[in-house]
Amino acid sequence: MGDYIVLAVSCILINNILLAQYLGNCPFLGTSKKMETAVGMSMAVVFVLVMAGVITWIVDTYVLAQFGLEYLRTISFILVIASLVQFVEMFLKKSIPALYAGLGIFLPLITTNCAVMGACLININEEYTFVQALVSSFSYAVGFGLALILFAGVRERIILARVPKPLQDTSIGLVTAGILSLTFFAFKGMV
Amino acid sequence: MAKSIAQEFAKGLWEEIPPFRLVLGLCPVLAVTKTVENGIGMGLATTFVLIGSNLFVSLLRNSIPAKVRIACFIIIIATFVTVVELLMQAYAYPLFLKLGIFIPLIVVNCIVLGRAEAFAFKNGVVASLADGLGMGIGFTVSLGALGGVREFFGSGTLTFWEKPAFEIANYAPSFQPFGFMVEAPGAFVCLGLMLCLMNLVGSE
Repeated sequence: MGDYIVLAVSCILINNILLAQYLGNCPFLGTSKKMETAVGMSMAVVFVLVMAGVITWIVDTYVLAQFGLEYLRTISFILVIASLVQFVEMFLKKSIPALYAGLGIFLPLITTNCAVMGACLININEEYTFVQALVSSFSYAVGFGLALILFAGVRERIILARVPKPLQDTSIGLVTAGILSLTFFAFKGMV
Repeated sequence: MAKSIAQEFAKGLWEEIPPFRLVLGLCPVLAVTKTVENGIGMGLATTFVLIGSNLFVSLLRNSIPAKVRIACFIIIIATFVTVVELLMQAYAYPLFLKLGIFIPLIVVNCIVLGRAEAFAFKNGVVASLADGLGMGIGFTVSLGALGGVREFFGSGTLTFWEKPAFEIANYAPSFQPFGFMVEAPGAFVCLGLMLCLMNLVGSE
């Protein structure tokens, strides 16, 4: 049990997927201008990343590795993720319309979110067991949400500050992300 | 369609240079630019995929139904990424190890999908090839430049093909490498400041 807690903490804080592994930066900058969109995106990522992590682990272990087809990993993972996103979208629309309305446009965007694909590939490269893959997928997703929501909070206040013209918008966003990344950098000594 | 082929090519080099003007595909930009060499290697791999996917998307644009176009684009792109992966394992193995999971992640690089959707699906084969080549070269130059700045300050060297071509320590023995630059926070700050510089130069 202790191992899983260490794994979870290292995935959420130390190897934070956005700020230490540099994955998923397009939605990080794109959806962080408002708190509302940041929360929507984080929820959608938690939802899809856990399912994608589990399914790609099963596909890799029981299909690709069994038949020596590892070179098809890239193409099969992206197909799994794309069809999963499509399926989740249809399922939510039919059965949980309230959640569907909340996640809205963020669901289709997740197909091209490299945090999802990246976390799935890390699970395979690190040779995690099924439970480890489940824990790490969930923790990566929580770390994504944590960083995104923190960043959105900071960014909402930057609007009020007087920023020099060439630094405005994305540029100051990146510098802010750098400072946020520096604070997460401090967790490095924890485990 | 008034633009000439040369203009389609040239817009990728300055007007719409990725990742500065089109803020897309940031993950590899931040992750692999610890050295010039990695940056350029990643840029070239992306260029190959970009040209291949633009070519095939524009060739097949009349037979792909609009409703399932994204799925078709992703399959075309994933095929080219697999080709690059296998080629790099065969001919550039050390670089392949350094770039790690960012090679398979070209599949989800928004620049490649973005150009397929915004350009290749609507334009002819030659224009799409020119667009892919221009965007690819622009991306490679940006990655190389960012990698150069980070490596120069972060480790005090510039490395090409495994050999250090330039070392600050030879000229200034008391130089201390600025380790912040090669770590994650440095990547964000450095890219932000370079974007600021581009805005400053471009606004005149």
